[in-house]
Amino acid sequence: METKFEPVAIAKKEDFKLDTPVKWCAGCGGHAVLSTIMNVLPETGVAKEKVVFVSGIGCSSRFPYYINTYGFHSLHGRANAIASGIKAANPDLSVWIVTGDGDSMAIGGNHFIHIMRRNINVNILLFNNKIYGLTKGQYSPTTPKGSVTKTSPEGTIENAFNPGELAMGAQGTFFARTVDSDPKMMREVFKAAAEHQGTSVVEILLNCVIFANKVHEEITGKEVRQDNQIYLEHGKPMIFGKDRNKGLMMKCNTTEVVTIGENGVTEEDLIVHNAHDADDTNHYRLVRMELPEFPVAMGVIRSVKSTVYEDELHGLVRHAKASSKIKSVDDLLNSGNVFESKG
Amino acid sequence: MEKNHRVIELDEVVVKFAGDSGDGMQLTGTQFSDTSAFIGNDLSTFPDYPAEIRAPQGTVAGVSGFQVHIGHKEVSTPGDQADVLVAMNPAALKANMKWVKDGATIIIDIDNFDNKHYKKAEYVEDPLHDNSLSGYNVVKAPITELSRNVAMLNGLDSKTADKTKNQFVAGLLYWLFNRDIKIGEDFLKSKFKSKPELVKANIAVLREGYNYAETIEALSTTFHVNPVKGKKGMFRNITGNQATAWGLLAGAEKAGLEMFLGSYPITPATEILQEITKYKSLGAIAFQAEDEIAGICSAIGASFAGRLAVTSTSGPGLALKGEAIGLAVITELPIVIVNVQRGGPSTGLPTKTEQADLLQALYGRNGESPVVVIAASTPANCFNFGFEAARLALEHMTPVILLSDSYLANGSELWKIPSMSSMPEIHPPLVEDNAENFYPYHRDPKRLNRYWAIPGQPGLRHRVGGLEKADVTGEVSHDPMNHQVMVEQRDAKVQKVAEFIPQQEIVGEKEGDLLVVGWGGTYGALVSAVTDLKQEGKRISLAQFNYINPLPSNTAEIFSGFKKILVCELNLGQFALYLRSKHPQFTYLQYNKVQGLPLFISELKIKFNEVLDTI
Repeated sequence: METKFEPVAIAKKEDFKLDTPVKWCAGCGGHAVLSTIMNVLPETGVAKEKVVFVSGIGCSSRFPYYINTYGFHSLHGRANAIASGIKAANPDLSVWIVTGDGDSMAIGGNHFIHIMRRNINVNILLFNNKIYGLTKGQYSPTTPKGSVTKTSPEGTIENAFNPGELAMGAQGTFFARTVDSDPKMMREVFKAAAEHQGTSVVEILLNCVIFANKVHEEITGKEVRQDNQIYLEHGKPMIFGKDRNKGLMMKCNTTEVVTIGENGVTEEDLIVHNAHDADDTNHYRLVRMELPEFPVAMGVIRSVKSTVYEDELHGLVRHAKASSKIKSVDDLLNSGNVFESKG
Repeated sequence: MEKNHRVIELDEVVVKFAGDSGDGMQLTGTQFSDTSAFIGNDLSTFPDYPAEIRAPQGTVAGVSGFQVHIGHKEVSTPGDQADVLVAMNPAALKANMKWVKDGATIIIDIDNFDNKHYKKAEYVEDPLHDNSLSGYNVVKAPITELSRNVAMLNGLDSKTADKTKNQFVAGLLYWLFNRDIKIGEDFLKSKFKSKPELVKANIAVLREGYNYAETIEALSTTFHVNPVKGKKGMFRNITGNQATAWGLLAGAEKAGLEMFLGSYPITPATEILQEITKYKSLGAIAFQAEDEIAGICSAIGASFAGRLAVTSTSGPGLALKGEAIGLAVITELPIVIVNVQRGGPSTGLPTKTEQADLLQALYGRNGESPVVVIAASTPANCFNFGFEAARLALEHMTPVILLSDSYLANGSELWKIPSMSSMPEIHPPLVEDNAENFYPYHRDPKRLNRYWAIPGQPGLRHRVGGLEKADVTGEVSHDPMNHQVMVEQRDAKVQKVAEFIPQQEIVGEKEGDLLVVGWGGTYGALVSAVTDLKQEGKRISLAQFNYINPLPSNTAEIFSGFKKILVCELNLGQFALYLRSKHPQFTYLQYNKVQGLPLFISELKIKFNEVLDTI
């Protein structure tokens, strides 16, 4: 994929490492994400001092303390709002948000939808482990209905959020999904997110070894992942399966899983992924695909161009600076209805 | 035809315009104020409007008012009671009768004084015939009918024509106060710049009102309020909210920074947000957030990114911002939080004034969370305290809460325009690129502030956050002794601000019988009442506080000069409680009012005399 950033004094992975210990549990998916991000950042070509990591509260949100950039570990749910201010204040910065399913789907839900609606050019890494880890195991808005947790001894009675659906509903311009156990996929997806102009949301299916171990196992398990995931790439037919012989096809306006070679189905019959389709109808279908009927969609599901908030904002500022008569506070104070009194 | 015309010279006069919220009383009030300013009167205004945008027509709840006090000498308040009341309907009359002076001139729109309107205003007796108006000079003018006729002759349809009746009122007032009608015409030309048909019709109605006044016997006496003597320079009429916004812009300019305002609309603070959106040419950004929390969080982000960051709100919004203010406290980032107070709790009285957020500003957060708290005390000095809030936040690396209130925010006064060259420089503690041995929590011993390294600067990458940090290095720390050190340092930093603010001033002698103590927006009424009693020979002085946390260092010294101290405020005694905790050696008497109304000079004088009689 082409990068949009001009390569400047290229940073190296080592530039982002800190001496301080990473305090996530052994086996937490966070370690793999951190390592992948350190690999990806040099590839974005952004100078290391222009990178800012912002987070909320939760296990995922300790991230800024583990990477050597400007960092802001903020309040529960508010990373998206704080990052909006950083980016609006200085569009020149490369802003990454690290958040979790509790942080952005529950307490920070409002900021999550509004940052996408404005399409502020930031990258959101949404660690979805479907549990509250830092408070030790209560259900979150993405916990599957019926799950037994510390606050749902009989199983949850709430319907779960699908972050992709929220992203579509909030007019998100970029949504991708990846898993913590697939560094190659993460790397491709993170790069695409960095290149996207606008709010990029990357849902990372992440394992919590302590409170929701193997919660994604059905999707990510070594034995099943090829059959239970479909990796989407723009412009390519939707093929998946261990034997690369399964695919998705449109039939009577619904998506169906088909087998190539059966019932006369060929590769040409499969849907070709169009991540750039402004109409999000098909992207909706893709983010909603669930086992066992469908494989779970991975990769860049949606990536469309739209106006970017801070570009528009600073365009207005530049225009005002060029055209307004008020160039200083003195000008302002003496503008409009002023009266001279000669005593 | 010249009638027998008498002109009386007045030192000051209070005019109240009242009508339905759609009657244009705010506009007429502003027009009359601007005209008075233009000819050199001092003035103070206060709009009084309902919480609903268009409450049911003709009802007392829907009455919108605008009071203006103009003077030949300095005026400090919009006035307790009106010399002239304009009542566009019976509801406006009913709502305002207790706010007019005996013998006042009451101008009514007789076209609206009928049974239908009496019923809406819930009048049992016809007020024009029950002797309740005897003792007043009542002018019954057919305002609606004459305005409509003239406006329709000038090409307006009947609906638009009815909107011109406020100009008939303006015309009456221009006659009554011997104002040059040309100034009113110019106001309309500028107001309706792009709509020549409205300019023409409104000017015609303005003249109709003027001519009508000239011919009727009831207005044979007119008044003259001469310009203020010795007032030289450029002046403008300015509201508190406008002045606050401009003061913050001035602070940004003096600090060499651009401003960022993250706010959510809320009465009565919204005008600050609206005002900042107009000045992108000064590099200022106004971010209309999705809620109050995002308002302050976006501002904290902008502060981290190196701007003068501000969020503006009112009481309920301050409550929502509490957690984020704590984040600014622990990250030691500069931010100004403007709280334009209104009646509470909860939604309370959204369009009315109160001072009941003081304790919330001082203490309304989790943990030991000290912030600087200052308060403006007149509409115009909102400029100075907006500037001061920016200075203290930036130079001391701390959140500053600036308290204003509905009365200051919407009220206006004549303001001598300062020159930016007369404002002090502001020096935020920025760090040079690649500075050696930069640590995020290393402090300047003078102010105890940490230094401000901005993302994008090479060699200064660091992390801040809501978890407690180790002294100097800024690493996350759960060490017990370190927490004690950091909590004490944050508190000491705020207390140290006392060395960088002016001494408390006092109006009157430094010693006496009674010291009246106020804070913030009650200044106008308190200084007027104190000055009046001083002139009667009473040993009374006023200390009006603008700096609340920390208090000025000479506070106790001032208090010790008086036999009694009376703390007057628009709450149940929050500042008194605070003073008792800071300076417990004194006894504080209280005068408290929570009616959504400002203090009145008359009630204060009664109270002061009561206390003086006990000495």
